Amino acid sequence: MDSALIPEGADRCSFPKFAIGISIVGAVALWGVYAMFLCWFKGLNQTNMNDYYGFALWIWADLAVIAVGGGAFFTGLLKYIFKVDELKNIINFAVIIGFICYSSALLILAIDIGQPLRGWFIFWHANVHSMLTEVAFCLSCYFAVLTIEFIPNILENRQANKVPFFHHLAHNMHGVMAIFAATGAFLSFFHQGSLGGVAGVMYGRPFAVREGLLIWPWTFFLFTWSAAAFGPCFTLMVTKITEVITGKKLVKDNVVHLLAKISGWMITTYIIAKIIDTIYWAMVTAPSLGFKMSHFYTNNSFYGYWILVTEIVICGVLPGFLLLNKSTRENPTTRLIAIVLGVIGVCLNRWVMVLQIMAVPVMSFDTWALYIPSWQEVATTVLPVAYGIILIAITYRYLPVFPQERELNQPRVDQ
Amino acid sequence: MFPFNFEWVWDTAHIIFMGGLWYAISILGAGMAYVIVKAAMDTMNDKGESHH
Amino acid sequence: MIQDKKAHKFGMVIDLDKCTGCGSCMVSCMSENNVPFKEDESRKKDSITWMRVYKLTNGKSFPDTQVVYMPRPCQHCSGKGGHGHSPCVSVCPATATDYGYDTGIVSQIYTRCFGCRYCMGACPYHARYFNWWDPKWPEGMENYLSPNVSPRMRGVVEKCSFCYHRYQLAREKAYGEGRDGIEESEYQTACTTACPAGAIVFGDLNDPSHMVHQIVKPDPHPDPMNKYVVDKSRNPKVFRLLERLGTNTKIYYLSEREWVRKAGDNYLDGEWDKVKNHHGSSSHE
Repeated sequence: MDSALIPEGADRCSFPKFAIGISIVGAVALWGVYAMFLCWFKGLNQTNMNDYYGFALWIWADLAVIAVGGGAFFTGLLKYIFKVDELKNIINFAVIIGFICYSSALLILAIDIGQPLRGWFIFWHANVHSMLTEVAFCLSCYFAVLTIEFIPNILENRQANKVPFFHHLAHNMHGVMAIFAATGAFLSFFHQGSLGGVAGVMYGRPFAVREGLLIWPWTFFLFTWSAAAFGPCFTLMVTKITEVITGKKLVKDNVVHLLAKISGWMITTYIIAKIIDTIYWAMVTAPSLGFKMSHFYTNNSFYGYWILVTEIVICGVLPGFLLLNKSTRENPTTRLIAIVLGVIGVCLNRWVMVLQIMAVPVMSFDTWALYIPSWQEVATTVLPVAYGIILIAITYRYLPVFPQERELNQPRVDQ
Repeated sequence: MFPFNFEWVWDTAHIIFMGGLWYAISILGAGMAYVIVKAAMDTMNDKGESHH
Repeated sequence: MIQDKKAHKFGMVIDLDKCTGCGSCMVSCMSENNVPFKEDESRKKDSITWMRVYKLTNGKSFPDTQVVYMPRPCQHCSGKGGHGHSPCVSVCPATATDYGYDTGIVSQIYTRCFGCRYCMGACPYHARYFNWWDPKWPEGMENYLSPNVSPRMRGVVEKCSFCYHRYQLAREKAYGEGRDGIEESEYQTACTTACPAGAIVFGDLNDPSHMVHQIVKPDPHPDPMNKYVVDKSRNPKVFRLLERLGTNTKIYYLSEREWVRKAGDNYLDGEWDKVKNHHGSSSHE
């Protein structure tokens, strides 16, 4: 039915099967869209947020998708600037994942603000001293970069590419992509960092505050580094999921091994820095403000030391080791364990740096503030996941996303 | 965002921050303008060649 | 920016030993500043209370139990080193909250706030409130709304303004009468005037003739124990909330009781005994 749109030589499932799959995920997405409109029309009273807990579940989702979307900028940086040529076989997919993550992040921000129609004030009346302003500017600009990086892939669709202008446009965009990728890396460095800065500059919140370099708290650098380290894990994880669902090998092992190795080095160096940062904060920063480390991890029903150990050791040190070590890196099972742990680790870090900050009591007579999200919050947080699955399904079906797909899936004579 | 916004001040923070922003926007804008114009010219050249 | 010849630094000192916890300050604040109602007021964590009275106890069992009520308006922080970079002002992305260098008041521009709530996250005093609901008043009560204070719309943050409109009215009156400045009694916040116990004293911390200055005796030098702390009180009975963070609030609290003063901040084991007699750089002069 839609065979004219499917890339030449590629094998895809039948259209009805595809349509059924899309409509199931689409139903989940519609649920999220309904919740989104409830929030827009009825206001944020639809959530369980309150004046003690002004940041909530979807802000964590926002930070998490930006962190795991970091695979796009880092892979782009390696491919176009450091000329790691093998990565051309996964860059398209990394860009699509990045595009999904960043469009989701912008959508979540649009739902999160109390006056969505005034969202443009963040640009128009920008306070250049606010980390959030930096986030908004770089996020929007980098989303433009991702769109630019995504366009050539769309134009390579079999039918679109027949239009001479589109054919030339895609070709010319490839030609100058290094400039766009460099701009993207520059913007990413700042918005990933300033998201970390958002927490680090809150000097009224001893759990968040960090010392730093000039105007940038240490969390600025840790966030950029962790996004570059764990972003590729997410790219590899989604690639693996896509391979399992399609039942095809889409990227050659040497490409996967290379990206896993780079990620392993990044994770290991990041986690060393993170451990140093945590020790300094626990031993120097927090005590100087009158807080023992145990204050942040006890006397409540949820946040214990387990979260610190899980984030740093189980989901940081361990994946770093597994990806650095050649035999565990090249073993599909241990590699998968490592990349899944890595993705969980960075998401957990963002959780801690958003939600635990809000939960910890600061005044001596304050109590822990814990909250359970409303269904509207859960639905709008699930929305990006459903949207991502749909977009990946459509792009995989109609666009030449994986350059190695044909070579790796040659029809055998005996079939 | 613009010098005519009343909260704008010509200080180091604004020059660095907004300078970086407008620099990035200019590169993206100029880059896209270049590829679009070049693609249009390439397309016209194709047509020119096909006449011969 | 409107710059007075001499900058004011409006602040407050609240005598916790006089406060009975009656809540008059909260009520007067709400009515003065057009704080809206919501249908279900049982959920206190999303009710708007610019002035909120906390109840603290010394944690001891009967007969040694002691209770203190602590009224908490916006603390109008002047930020680390007193440079005006309050925790909330420095983070607001849209310049919707600002520090008045001429008054020391942290303002909130409702029509510019777009409701990101970053300021609420940054404020350790929970002094900032979000309008989760559309503002509503029971029928007939709209008639008592103050024309001097703009009501707020859903989706924006609001907080105590030190009754800024009263300052504006006082200045207008003084200008009309050809006077340069305003008298201490001409500008008083609603909570100050409503307190039946006279526990709240409001005025200009920069003006030695004002009672608030005389009680607090703010130390103009940075605290030698923490360079970010300025305007520490030289009165041994006066303290500020979370002073160690360097927020430099302009709400001071007064109490004869040591456990109350200790509750104002966080201390490691044994730390309080070392610092409890430290009252600013020139306190021992």
